[in-house]
Amino acid sequence: MTQVKTEKVRIATTSLAGCFGCHMSLLDIDERILQLAELVEFHKSPVVDRKTFQERCAVGLIEGGCCNAENVETLRAFRDQCDILVSVGDCATMGGIPALRNLVPLEECLREAFLDGPSTVNPTGRPPDDPELPLLLDKVYPCHEVVRVDYHLPGCPPSADALWAALQALLTGAEPTLPYPLLKYD
Amino acid sequence: MSDRVSFTIDGTRVEAFRSQSIMDAAMESGVYIPRLCHVPGLDPWGSCRVCTVKVNGRFSTACTQPAMTGLTVENDTEELNDLRRDLVEMLFVGGNHFCMSCEKSGNCELQAMGYRLGITAPLHPYLHPDRDVDASHPDIMLDHNRCILCARCVRTSRDLDGKQVFDFVNRGSDRRIAIDPGARLKDSDADVTDRALDACPVGALLRKREGFRVPVGEREYDHVAIGEEDGVDPVSDLWDES
Ligand code: SF4
Ligand code: SF4
Ligand code: FES
Repeated sequence: MTQVKTEKVRIATTSLAGCFGCHMSLLDIDERILQLAELVEFHKSPVVDRKTFQERCAVGLIEGGCCNAENVETLRAFRDQCDILVSVGDCATMGGIPALRNLVPLEECLREAFLDGPSTVNPTGRPPDDPELPLLLDKVYPCHEVVRVDYHLPGCPPSADALWAALQALLTGAEPTLPYPLLKYD
Repeated sequence: MSDRVSFTIDGTRVEAFRSQSIMDAAMESGVYIPRLCHVPGLDPWGSCRVCTVKVNGRFSTACTQPAMTGLTVENDTEELNDLRRDLVEMLFVGGNHFCMSCEKSGNCELQAMGYRLGITAPLHPYLHPDRDVDASHPDIMLDHNRCILCARCVRTSRDLDGKQVFDFVNRGSDRRIAIDPGARLKDSDADVTDRALDACPVGALLRKREGFRVPVGEREYDHVAIGEEDGVDPVSDLWDES
């Protein structure tokens, strides 16, 4: 993309119930990251460690689905503050690996993880319940089941090329449609 | 009466024998109608509905509808592909499909159909059904989470392997593939050489210790869309438009 922009496009990113793999894949665009730095300004994002929104953003990239109350709160803030919201990666688009817990009742999950697991040592005899900890949801939800999502970019993670292609389109106001070899669910 | 019939699919003239289905006639003429449960050489089954076409204006499954002279068949239209997208999305949310950790990924017909139709995320609510895995057999695994109830294993075992290893039990959303009632795969006469294993379009019936043998990038549908295996580059590079 060669066009010269005077003002950078503000984008925000976050990782909800994800593994940061999608963010790593974004860094994997190699030297194109210099081009990206000229085109966009990262606002609220782990990339620049800004924790809150101070200004509206043109694009919000969401990695991860919603597994707890804090994820829901963050996702809603992104919907409020971003013109275009994109679910990035399988966790955001369909729940992904965290959603494997949807196949087991929550209580059973907690029991296995914190009480009965073969390698568990937990003298308190109950799952962690510090008030600081966000409450778990009954299930892990893909983002579009919580707020309206404009585009979905699947992949675990989406390849650097897929992310780059999507960003290029979004920055030029086009719909991010992926060519066949870049649309992947794995 | 001649035993040849002639009709059109999306305006292209197609010839067929009187007893052929629209699907088989289309395949012989090199016209691709999307399909999941139909396999040439097996009796038609008609369960996935992905082959739905419009025959003289009415919805019909191409794999079960006989070809007749004078039919006007619509196939590759926006309306029908939208409908197919919904059907395929429902197959995804009705089971438990975690492609990122599935041995069949890259070689799976359901996933490939999702790619072909440009599905970026199934938007129907996920059902997360409670299904089990039968890993009792030393060489074969049956993962009900990924089964799309296409009966390709049932028909192949019965008609090509000359066995009857698989059949269905229960109805509606409880329907599932079963070995003899109550039995597990290890109690059946399923064998690792059975053609039924190759018939499964998804990662439900798998040979053990074969997963991930083909590297990413060289799998069946990594570069070529399902239905375009004969070499034509399938999906236009939509990217160039922007
Ligand atoms: S069977 Fe196919 S669609 Fe299902 S998880 Fe495996 S690769 Fe994905
Ligand atoms: S096990 Fe495979 S072949 Fe058999 S019905 Fe299920 S998806 Fe079809
Ligand atoms: S291919 Fe015709 S219904 Fe499945």
